[in-house]
Amino acid sequence: MRFIPHTDAERQQMLEFIGIEHTDQLFQDIPPDIRLNRELRVAGGLTERDLARHLASLAKQNTGVEESICFLGAGAYDHYVPSAVKHILGRAEFYTAYTPYQPEISQGVLQSIYEYQSIIRLLTDMDAANASMYDGASALAEAALMACAATKRHRVVISSAVHPEYRDVVKTYLYGPGINLVEAPYLGGVTSLEDAVALLDKNTAALLVQYPTFFGGIEDLTKLAEAAHAVGALLVVCADPIALGLLKAPGQCGADIVVGEGQSLGLPLSYGGPYLGFLACKEKYLRKMPGRIVGQTVDVDGKRAFVLTLQAREQHIRRDKATSNICSNQALCALAATVYVSLIGRQGLTTVAELCLQKAAYAKNLLAKLPGYEVWSGPTFKEFVIKTPIAPEKINQELLKYNIMGGFDLGRYYPELAGHILLCVTEKRSRREIDLLVDRLGALS
Amino acid sequence: MKLQADLKYSKEHEWIRVEGSRAVIGITDFAQDSLGDIVFVELPSVGESLEVEDTFGVVESVKTASDLYAPVSGKVVEVNEALADSPELVNREPYGQGWMIVVEISDVSQLENLMDAEQYQKMVEEA
Amino acid sequence: MTEKLIFELGSPGRQGVTFADNDVPEVSLDQLLPEAYLRERQAPLPEVSELDAVRHFVRLSRLNFGVDVGFYPLGSCTMKYNPKVAEDAAALDGFANLHPYQPEELVQGALQLMYETQQDLAELTGMDAFTLQPAAGAHGEMTGMLTIKAYLESKGETSRNKVIVPDSAHGTNPATAALCGFKVVEVKSDERGNVDIEALKQVIGPDVAALMLTNPSTLGLFEDKIKAIADLVHAAGGLLYYDGANLNAVMGYARPGDMGFDVVHLNLHKTFATPHGGGGPGAGPVGVKEALAPFLPKPVVTKEGEHYQLDENRPQSIGRVKAFNGNFSVVVKAYTYLRALGGRGLKEVSEYAVLNANYLMKRLATHVRIPYQRVCMHEFVASPPQELTEQGVKTLDIAKRLLDYGYHPPTVYFPLIVEEAIMLEPTETESKETLDQFADNFIKVLEEAKENPELVKQAPYTTPVRRLDEVTAARKPVLGWLPE
Repeated sequence: MRFIPHTDAERQQMLEFIGIEHTDQLFQDIPPDIRLNRELRVAGGLTERDLARHLASLAKQNTGVEESICFLGAGAYDHYVPSAVKHILGRAEFYTAYTPYQPEISQGVLQSIYEYQSIIRLLTDMDAANASMYDGASALAEAALMACAATKRHRVVISSAVHPEYRDVVKTYLYGPGINLVEAPYLGGVTSLEDAVALLDKNTAALLVQYPTFFGGIEDLTKLAEAAHAVGALLVVCADPIALGLLKAPGQCGADIVVGEGQSLGLPLSYGGPYLGFLACKEKYLRKMPGRIVGQTVDVDGKRAFVLTLQAREQHIRRDKATSNICSNQALCALAATVYVSLIGRQGLTTVAELCLQKAAYAKNLLAKLPGYEVWSGPTFKEFVIKTPIAPEKINQELLKYNIMGGFDLGRYYPELAGHILLCVTEKRSRREIDLLVDRLGALS
Repeated sequence: MKLQADLKYSKEHEWIRVEGSRAVIGITDFAQDSLGDIVFVELPSVGESLEVEDTFGVVESVKTASDLYAPVSGKVVEVNEALADSPELVNREPYGQGWMIVVEISDVSQLENLMDAEQYQKMVEEA
Repeated sequence: MTEKLIFELGSPGRQGVTFADNDVPEVSLDQLLPEAYLRERQAPLPEVSELDAVRHFVRLSRLNFGVDVGFYPLGSCTMKYNPKVAEDAAALDGFANLHPYQPEELVQGALQLMYETQQDLAELTGMDAFTLQPAAGAHGEMTGMLTIKAYLESKGETSRNKVIVPDSAHGTNPATAALCGFKVVEVKSDERGNVDIEALKQVIGPDVAALMLTNPSTLGLFEDKIKAIADLVHAAGGLLYYDGANLNAVMGYARPGDMGFDVVHLNLHKTFATPHGGGGPGAGPVGVKEALAPFLPKPVVTKEGEHYQLDENRPQSIGRVKAFNGNFSVVVKAYTYLRALGGRGLKEVSEYAVLNANYLMKRLATHVRIPYQRVCMHEFVASPPQELTEQGVKTLDIAKRLLDYGYHPPTVYFPLIVEEAIMLEPTETESKETLDQFADNFIKVLEEAKENPELVKQAPYTTPVRRLDEVTAARKPVLGWLPE
């Protein structure tokens, strides 16, 4: 395929107009010693039909969650996506647009981001949300940097009950500016409060926790906020937006910055991306916030309109003094989340959250009774930990025979938790599917 | 470009009015005019100590932002709280209600390195 | 034409989705979660029907301008056509519905696609290894600069804390260098728009970690002394970082790796035709020379025999810059594009991108100021005629007037070193008649500005909204809807 419209005649006319004979003359500034004097070794040149076939054959070599019964979560969730979401995302006026730097012809994207920011604010009970970040992990890392800038401190405490890959990302981001990162141990699926208190000191910019935790446990945010604030540090909460349909908003519990992964809000799993990082904060920290922000204003005729605002924080203006180097956001993913939340609505978010909670509790209850298995105690949301009598890898291989995608092998990131699985039950799982899982696990012990 | 004869000026476009051991600091009419509509002014806290040429804050317009530099060393004893809600005061009255901070001067000899109105005007015109 | 907020539509109790009943025995909430953990009241989210929502968002889409709507010569952004077949590919069930933690044997097709993309990007840039993890150009820059930092530290070079960027650089370059803990030093451009080599010599030394460069530069000009620059930096023990924003100009003609660059990032949403999405998602893969490969983020896709795998065992890696495996569906679209074109087609892309830019520049040359009188690459920078500037007509006014003619305006006020800059990048997918019409209309706008400056200064008139009050938006920020 080629996407170049020029006919030979047009090409000739253009060359003549420029006053050259061959396009090679346009590349005369490239010195001969660095020219590529051979063809690029990149396969291609397929027709659309062959291309579609080739891609379909690659896709067929994969078996996804639609063809299995998925109990895998760990930061990426198999929630139902209403059909209308994908149709709205398919509007080319949205997806073939650049960043809305020309507000007069970008009100569609701008207003949708404004609505998205509103939704994030309402869910988290914060004063302001930005237009989105790359994903939950990088949003958490940016929040850590933001807390350091706001407090002028250079030390961050992160709970080890935060997603291990998120902790990795925070570590990578803090490596550049040389900020000290300390891990607070977990206890029974949540952060050990006592240990966290001991680690918080006058040099600490922030305490970073997840809500629910990586293990599915539910933090006592109010106590953690008190502990952080006692030393002048901020509490940064990384929240699951579906859980916020049921759980107390972090803003109600004293959080200063709330971030999270928005994939659950209408985005397909897509083997890990693109996803949607959200970031919201208290008014006080607004000017330290990274990324784009959309605000409401009026045009010269007095019509309500939306525009990128507070841009003086950003890299294209502040260059090396910007709050972050981030340039883009995940506008289309934010649009997906906005359409999703609009469709399921006020009651629907509660319903999805309750279904996750009830179904996970049902599975947890049955598994607790299985001989050989132990279920971690303590309140959980849609995920929970079980200790298995045989190696998780073996269990998951066995489950695959029944088309079941088993849970996440915790030994991969927590050596001390070898033999533990993190299971996830979303609203998509039926009683029959849960019963099948329990039945198969029972047969294995 | 408005200038006031009783003020001293820095090459970073701040003005300074000496009142006894203290100095009131703001940005010049030329600076506010170059920035355009000012939308936000970030100022230090009372009690902070500044060294000469330290950045003590940021002034932002819609499409630019500019650091503020201390023309003299000293301790911040007062900041203009009104600018938080009304940054446009800097545009309207750069030498009056648009003042930014007051410092307790720690080294009066630094005042000698600053320009008077005439020298400042010359610098701006030559730039 | 304005559209209500979604919160202002619908009716209390209305819902756009019907849920299946709970089929497990219901346990009362207080047995599952302590009351103190529960939300006291529901968040006041929208309450609309599916049709309410669909109409709302379709109406919003109609207030928006994309490449599929019209010509988008936005310099430095490569707003080329986004082939539809790539959207189909990314939506395939076998790509869209894969969980990132699925066992490798269930995702061999996805891993093969990632592996081949890594290989192809390496071939295109003359690099030895690639990571697909970064989510955007700036994210790639951060990844690349941290990789450089880790590499230098591994060699005991801990005092290299300076990064040099030209004064024509994208804002992300200095912002990234600062984020990665480096001190930023700016080097000026010479009268041809290239890096001033004498000025570079002044700032280069044993404390330099890297020079970040875009080639062709943000002025759309090829840095023809690149070899000399690379030798200077390397002789001082520093590394060369290539910002791939402008790769669309040189594919198949020259490769950053052969120019002397050690690290590159690419923007799949520019050169490789994946859509910009109204500001994202994109993808910013990073490629490096052999010596830096161990420091790339993990995981990297590797191949053993016929088996593809995610290599997590990389002890010298800088870690992760993002959870999971990168913006996979963006990579699927870029891969589709690579296979559509192949090596020959990619070279043709650059050939026509450069032809189009030079044609448009020639069409406008006698009507605007062109600061650097040279052959341009895939884009060029101009300024309005002096007399217009003197009349108080700004570049911004011309950009706004172009909206009335149905165009997305070019990039304005960038690069910072050109007064009243207008930066035009037509891309290879635009036809001669599109360029001709645009040139005619652009010239017409310049004439309007001369004859009736007020007309242009008040533009646009025909857009869904007109010029906005950005000052009030920033002074008294209103950043979201709240219930009364």
